[in-house]
Amino acid sequence: MSLTEQLITIALCAATTMGTRYLPFLLFPSGKETPAYVRYLGRMLPSAIFALLVVYCLRHVSLTGGSHGIPEILALAVTVGLHVWRRSMFLSMAAGTALYMYLVQAVFPT
Amino acid sequence: MDSRFSPSPASTAGQSVARAAFRTAFPHTIPMLLGFLFLGIGCGVFAHGMGLAPWVAPVMAAAIFGGSLEFVAVSLLLSPFAPFQVLILALVIQSRHLFYGISLLEKYRGMGWKKPFLLQFLCDETFAINYSVEVPFGIDRGWFYWWVSVLNYLYWVAGVALGSAFGTLVQFPMKGLDFIMTSLFAVIFVEQWLREEMHVSSLVGLAACLGSLAVWGPDHFLLPSLGLILVALTLLRRPLRRYAGERKVEGP
Repeated sequence: MSLTEQLITIALCAATTMGTRYLPFLLFPSGKETPAYVRYLGRMLPSAIFALLVVYCLRHVSLTGGSHGIPEILALAVTVGLHVWRRSMFLSMAAGTALYMYLVQAVFPT
Repeated sequence: MDSRFSPSPASTAGQSVARAAFRTAFPHTIPMLLGFLFLGIGCGVFAHGMGLAPWVAPVMAAAIFGGSLEFVAVSLLLSPFAPFQVLILALVIQSRHLFYGISLLEKYRGMGWKKPFLLQFLCDETFAINYSVEVPFGIDRGWFYWWVSVLNYLYWVAGVALGSAFGTLVQFPMKGLDFIMTSLFAVIFVEQWLREEMHVSSLVGLAACLGSLAVWGPDHFLLPSLGLILVALTLLRRPLRRYAGERKVEGP
């Protein structure tokens, strides 16, 4: 791929990304009333999207091979459990991530 | 009044508003400071290791600012030129921003000059924070959103630049640190769950994504998931109307 083609490829990625970021705000500008259906989606989507993001982060975890997803499941359980118990974002994230790092480095090294 | 010589009361007040918002926003971005630097360095090392020139990854980080697409773009840049395929892939991977935008329409209303920045720098993590954090009373919401957006952007670009420049020289003892992103989204999911009066959307999201992942696999499940969520929520609108707090009633 030539330099020009590389730059075109990057520019295409950037332009498409910006398009997806700007489009909702261009379609439904602040000045005009947003259709009820879109407002409904705006209220309902976030919970589903957060579920999507969690699954997306864990999409390459295999339950049948490697460490069988054990580090991910344990760390996720600790994160969620701590959060339900203490409701402290920092504590839940720090404990879950620290446990995960320990598990993948010391218990299930690849 | 000549503001070059004596700062106008308005601009002093503006600065302190911005500074107060920074002090509130920064702690919320600390997980991303760690996570983005780590992942960014990883992305830079990856791009460089795959044989791309050291400037490519930082330029992509600054221009695209989307981790997943940048990783994919590395392999696209090493393949024969295929603009149409690039367009489709970028659209598929980034289509979730449409959902963020729709969810943030109300919050980002009336943001003036900050709005282009908020949109330009919108990413998963910024959406997650700006959507879920209740900005404390007395703190300017616009500045808060702006700082979160800008800081997350800078962390990522800095991480990629560092990785691209020095990554090959350093060994990582930090394996697994990327779980901080997973834990961020998990915590916000739980937080939403504990706050919402009904869990329809959370359950729809889990079912649609896990189902799609099982059927289409890790590389192709994103778009079907988004589609299923959209269809399910649209079908559920009528039954849920009362709960969703819509006051408009359209006919029988």
